[in-house]
Amino acid sequence: MSAPAARPPATRPNIKSHIMRRRILVNRFILLLSMLAAVGGLFMLIWILGDVAMRGASSINWDFFTQLPTPPGTTDEPSGVANAIVGTLLMTTIATLIAVPFGVLAGTYLAEFGKESKFGATARFISDILVSAPSIVIGVFVYLLLVKPMGNFSGWAGAVSLAIIMLPVVTRTSEEMLRLVPTEMREAALALGAPYWKMLVQVIYRAAKTGMMTGIMLAVARVAGETAPLLFTSLNSPYWMDSMNEPMANLTTDLFNYAMSPYADWQRQAWGIAFLITMSVLVVTIITRLALHQRSDA
Amino acid sequence: MSATTTDEEPMPTKTTPQVKMSVRNLNFFYGNKQVLFGNTLEIDEHQVTAFIGPSGCGKSTHIRTYNRMFDLYKGHRTEGEIIMDGRNILDTKESSLDLRHHVGMIFQKPTPFPMSIFDNIAYGLRLHGSLSKSEIEGRVEKALVDAALWEEVKDALPHPGTSLSGGQQQRLCIARALAIEPQVILMDEPCSALDPIATTKIEELISELKGRFTIVIVTHNMQQAARVSDNTAFFYLGKLVEFSRTDVMFSSPVKQETEDYIAGRFG
Repeated sequence: MSAPAARPPATRPNIKSHIMRRRILVNRFILLLSMLAAVGGLFMLIWILGDVAMRGASSINWDFFTQLPTPPGTTDEPSGVANAIVGTLLMTTIATLIAVPFGVLAGTYLAEFGKESKFGATARFISDILVSAPSIVIGVFVYLLLVKPMGNFSGWAGAVSLAIIMLPVVTRTSEEMLRLVPTEMREAALALGAPYWKMLVQVIYRAAKTGMMTGIMLAVARVAGETAPLLFTSLNSPYWMDSMNEPMANLTTDLFNYAMSPYADWQRQAWGIAFLITMSVLVVTIITRLALHQRSDA
Repeated sequence: MSATTTDEEPMPTKTTPQVKMSVRNLNFFYGNKQVLFGNTLEIDEHQVTAFIGPSGCGKSTHIRTYNRMFDLYKGHRTEGEIIMDGRNILDTKESSLDLRHHVGMIFQKPTPFPMSIFDNIAYGLRLHGSLSKSEIEGRVEKALVDAALWEEVKDALPHPGTSLSGGQQQRLCIARALAIEPQVILMDEPCSALDPIATTKIEELISELKGRFTIVIVTHNMQQAARVSDNTAFFYLGKLVEFSRTDVMFSSPVKQETEDYIAGRFG
């Protein structure tokens, strides 16, 4: 009378095995497809990195870091991109100095004060749009804002355009990191009689420090590779800069110019620059990941 | 033997405890929702007062009015009075920063600040006045001794506060609160995140501290209330159902709800 024993054992497992066989086949097929996609993606990445390294590493030498660019076909003079390295470092540094205070303060507002306000929600939305805004649009915007009124391309305009690109990234990561700090820690600091601002600066910023630094470094890595906004703002220069008020050499527009040129020696420099930028971004990213990893250990 | 007991026995009854905080007709609203209804009770000085009751009964909300933790959030409203040292602490003209200097708080989860063990304790000291370096060092040591943590951490003061175990972290938070020498210490379920051994240590600490501080503890653990407290308040649905000496409440509660809760019939 027991129901399980009375069930005919032959038919049901047959149907089951038929369905199971199909499921296993579909499963294998999907697994194969996703593996192929992963291998394909990884292959492209390694191809790019390998190609850049193979062709670029040979262009890297002492002169590359210390000499000015030379006209195409010059063989008797040492040639390098020292001015572009300095230009990129300068503009990125100034952009960071502009974007970080604004971004951290804006992120603080969003996380601490504007959590539910309409203004906060609007600012957050605009910030998200700005993150995905094409950088060339920002370049054109700064061209109209600074380059045209000032009458010439300048390092300042370049730095400002990079700062605008960094700003939403720094803002949103700062906000996210501040929000990760548990409410209990805020209350614990306030319960000791700390005013709100001291609680923020002395306890909450400290707790969110690593995460906020990560956001800043990722923003730096992002603008270090930007070309389009610089074409409209700092342009380029084959000379050493005297001030930030004049067109300023930088690695990415050098890369663009050299790579598009018909000259073999300039093209070699382009590979060298590509290698340098890639490695720099890679190093910044790895350091950031390590720092983040350390935080999750602690 | 009998002589000493008769000498000691009348002592607690003779020295009737002073009232430290007097709560009168306290109502509390989140927006339009009222969560505390006319709570009236008195917190005795240098005694332990326990708040018990089922989850959501308002005991945590009640204790958080004592240091105006709610100032942090919008959309709340309090009515009634809490008189401490002759002043109504709910009066918005009274400084909440000053109030919190005198009324410290320990939370459910240990919250060491992201700094060294030493700086965790020194943080409150540096907030409230300019002490010399050696004065701060002395006060940090005293606070750690008071919190029964000194022996365990005296060689690890520069280490981060987060490197301690959960129970040690909670005692660190107690030391941090003690360091600024408050008069009242509020504890909002201070042991609910701790293991039994760490809980025992905190309970022993509470008994030691009550000679110098007035302690109010919220607990969902009735045995804990029975073990550590002198007075117990039973809250249910935002109302103070019963408030009496702990031994009286646990042996002969007056209200049926109290008896049911203590007997474990609900909650």
